[in-house]
Amino acid sequence: MDKIIEQTDIDRVDGIQKVTGTAKYSAEYDFPGMVYGVLATSNITKGIINAIDTKAAENAPGVLAVITHLNCPELPGYKSTPEQDKLVPTKKGYKVFADNIIRFNGQPIAIVVADTFERATHAASLIKANYTKEKHNTDFDEAIKSGTPLEGNNFKEYVRGEANAWINAPVKIEAEYTMPIEVHLPMEIHGITVVWDGEDKVTLYEKTQSLSGTQRNIVRTFGLKEENVRIITQFIGGAFGSAFNTWPHSMAALIAGRKVGKPIKLMLTRNQMFNLVGYRPEAKQKLGLGASADGKLMGITHEAIAMTASYNEFTEGIVNGSRSLYECPNVNTTYKVFPLDLSQPTWMRGPGETTGAFALESAMDELAYALKMDPIEFRLKNYAETDLERKKPYSSKYLKECYELGAEKINWKERNPEPRSMKEGDWLIGYGTGSGIFSAWRGAAKAVAKLLPDGTMILQSGVTDMGPGTATAMTNLAAETMGLSHTKISFEMGDTNLPPGPMQGGSGTTSTLGTAVFAACENMKKKLAAMIKDNAVFHTEIVHEVKVEDLVFENGYMMLKTDKTKKISYAEVIKSAGLSELEISEDSKGNPMLNHSAFSYAVHFVKVKVHSKTGVIKIDRAVSAVDAGKIINNKTAESQIIGAVVGGIGMSLMEEGVIDHRYGRWVNNNFADYHVAVNADVPNIEVLFVDKPDPVLNPIGAKGMGEVGIVGFAAAVTNAIFHATGKRIREIPVTADKLI
Amino acid sequence: MINFEYIRASSVKAAVDALAKNPTGGFIAGGTNLIDLMKRGVTVPTRLIDINNLPLKEIEESKTGISIGALAINSEVAENELIKNNFPLLSMAFAAGASPQLRNMATVGGNMMQRTRCTYFYDTTMPCNKRQPGTGCGALNGYNRMHAIFGTSEKCIAVHPSDMCVALAALNATVEVSGIKGERKILFTDFHRLPGETPDKDNTLQKGEIITGVTIPFNSFNKNYYLKIRDRASYAFALISVAVALEIKDGIIKKASLAMGGVAHKPWRLTDAEKYLIGRPVDPGHFQKAAYLAMKGAKGYGQNNFKLKMVPIAINEALTKAIA
Repeated sequence: MDKIIEQTDIDRVDGIQKVTGTAKYSAEYDFPGMVYGVLATSNITKGIINAIDTKAAENAPGVLAVITHLNCPELPGYKSTPEQDKLVPTKKGYKVFADNIIRFNGQPIAIVVADTFERATHAASLIKANYTKEKHNTDFDEAIKSGTPLEGNNFKEYVRGEANAWINAPVKIEAEYTMPIEVHLPMEIHGITVVWDGEDKVTLYEKTQSLSGTQRNIVRTFGLKEENVRIITQFIGGAFGSAFNTWPHSMAALIAGRKVGKPIKLMLTRNQMFNLVGYRPEAKQKLGLGASADGKLMGITHEAIAMTASYNEFTEGIVNGSRSLYECPNVNTTYKVFPLDLSQPTWMRGPGETTGAFALESAMDELAYALKMDPIEFRLKNYAETDLERKKPYSSKYLKECYELGAEKINWKERNPEPRSMKEGDWLIGYGTGSGIFSAWRGAAKAVAKLLPDGTMILQSGVTDMGPGTATAMTNLAAETMGLSHTKISFEMGDTNLPPGPMQGGSGTTSTLGTAVFAACENMKKKLAAMIKDNAVFHTEIVHEVKVEDLVFENGYMMLKTDKTKKISYAEVIKSAGLSELEISEDSKGNPMLNHSAFSYAVHFVKVKVHSKTGVIKIDRAVSAVDAGKIINNKTAESQIIGAVVGGIGMSLMEEGVIDHRYGRWVNNNFADYHVAVNADVPNIEVLFVDKPDPVLNPIGAKGMGEVGIVGFAAAVTNAIFHATGKRIREIPVTADKLI
Repeated sequence: MINFEYIRASSVKAAVDALAKNPTGGFIAGGTNLIDLMKRGVTVPTRLIDINNLPLKEIEESKTGISIGALAINSEVAENELIKNNFPLLSMAFAAGASPQLRNMATVGGNMMQRTRCTYFYDTTMPCNKRQPGTGCGALNGYNRMHAIFGTSEKCIAVHPSDMCVALAALNATVEVSGIKGERKILFTDFHRLPGETPDKDNTLQKGEIITGVTIPFNSFNKNYYLKIRDRASYAFALISVAVALEIKDGIIKKASLAMGGVAHKPWRLTDAEKYLIGRPVDPGHFQKAAYLAMKGAKGYGQNNFKLKMVPIAINEALTKAIA
């Protein structure tokens, strides 16, 4: 497929709002009579609440209500059914204030509502609970040693060809890779503003990546009518997967708001961001790789162990990449998950694949060294031309181009493969690479386009934008498709009163919503053409009726292809038809991809400097080459990859969630102790796109973008550290003390 | 947060009097640490005495040295020409500390008064002898990657988090304080204390005293270096830091002053290493020996065992960088 649209990369449509502070986030809405909710949380890890003393809190100045499990109203969604009662604990979930059971340290035990945030905070500190403690376990190693993994369909072994074939290969490696809990920690702390209108109608300003998902959860829990639950999410200050669930604090705010009958606001603390809105689970992975002497993969065995909460079965595709990234006849994977007495993990950027790629791509580097082969050459030797797992051709695959683009940019050929051979002054120099794969897909979405008599267009969809620039990309797409200046297009989003849009996540938003927007624009053009087919402007002696094929759409005008002086503006068409607007509603069905497999790819190249004495590590260069299909807007796309790489730097060098297992309690749950990369840690990140459209997935040619940007990055860093120092670190984050 | 009274002091005497009248009160200057502590319920002052209006911001030269007012802002001191020219070590230490935003708020006196970043100290549900004497030390057998290896006690293994103080300890500074009983001076190296049996006391300041300034004597150090090893390039406390000030003449070390951060409850002077180096020629072998001598009495507690290996490396590297 050729370029469908001419590229002009418009600036972020909401950029000025964001940098001037006029963009409103969920905790920034104010209403008359606003009250504030603050959570009191448990300081034990497992047990039951025997008694809870709320008197002091209730009597504190400004307090309107204190809600605990003792006085929480019975909600329709809280009633258990006989089927639910039969479920194993990890399938039962946890509902805030539904019972007196403590499942993790820092679990909400009460919400205090007061007239100011400070008074609510103070009153919450006065709540005292009396517990019966039970023995807890938050230690992953201990669970692996003496616990029982979960059972069920999510944990089936995968075997292709012969299991454990790597053992019999002439060249082989086996290694274990570990990574700790990682936390999303977007700059915007999770917040919610709730405005009840009576007992049965509510509006939420909520940080959510899925408006319809949140609406569904609230409808179900409170037994409300769908049309009576409105969710508004105009802006999200980052989420990375932490805003899909309707978390306990949101339910608590809803319960409290209805009880006091006033608009209520609740914002978590930074400390609470570590255990109330999910995290990436800790994992241990064993990789066995074997190849022929000339570097053809003969066997891949990938065994992953991860953790979840005692009340929630969270699973993700940690081992999936190993089944399809390379051509290998014999692959077997296992995946085990152990429950712990911790809060629940959730999706985090590049879920599953990011964890898996750290192990697989480290192991590929180790085997390349064992083979004395260049790591890129080794990967090319095992390039998968078809998806052997699903036995389907790829919709498009430009991974080879990613290797080439990135290697060229970082000057890979100048790399001396010998470990510890390259130096700059006191610094050891290393180059490493790691690849990433992530599913590309297209779901169902609705979009509405309205052309107005003044020639402007409004697009509408109930999607949210957590930062990737969905509004910008959709405006860009519509401008190019419609032949209309982007300044004449506004994109309305973030409201369930709009046509239902897709969730934001899984790298599917552009593919999904873009398809609906593109179709709406195409149909709009057809409709416009039909409206002017008899218009005298276009008539010549031989042409008395124009068809859409005869026209070009440019700059707000329909023009005759053969004679661009014959033209009419969209505005004129709407006006002369006497319409107040011309509306096209597009219901896009999604693409089940029955005959193809679709993936996005990224190849990361990293140059590190390791101080030869102190072990201090610096990322000196980062080059990421990405096949994400057709790029709709280069600026926002580049920003997405930059953001992902910054996350990758944190993951590989500093991020580590730490729990003191004696208490089951977090010990580094703040920004001073849990380190994310700061500007000084981040070099100039160079992003390259193959920018070739996928001809199958959707009509706009775009695949996914945000997730794959972090997948494989951590391995690129640890591989570069090996090249620099000769030390293979299989445990991230890699800190200076591991290198001295 | 519990309600508190807020007043502004107009003179040092008024500040001291205000605290004397309300011993559960406290001074606030930049507030970069105090506000955190109040939010977490670690420090609960009933009265906050704002001292920002006191005339304690000047950096002044005298015949014997330079005095810095307690309310001088960290970033301003770091950039001050007198300081840069006379005490480059101090400028380097400031630049390594915190983040630019914090350095623009934090004062010299406040920097000295900042409390440990030990996680058990900050979490009021956890044991901590420093926050609540008698409850035990959570870090001793817990999360102690950042903790001390020198001068510890079974009661507390926390470290002092400052970079500035490490340089001031190496530069033989003196602290000036004022109290109800009048003014007095404290050697900088005597200002902070080791935990011993009373880790709740960070320093030797008496009840009701206020820091008014710091004086640094002129020196003949012609080689200075501040090395900070940390888990990220900015906005991170030191795993280990080393302040080196040397006077070298004709290849011989005439004077040596060394101090470390991130290893003890106070800025840790390396007196044995200093004694060894003085009078000896500049030589890598002597640096190594000095680093070895500095390790006397070092003790690891598990997660911080790497410091036993990293400290000599850091001392050696700082000395090497200083003479480069």
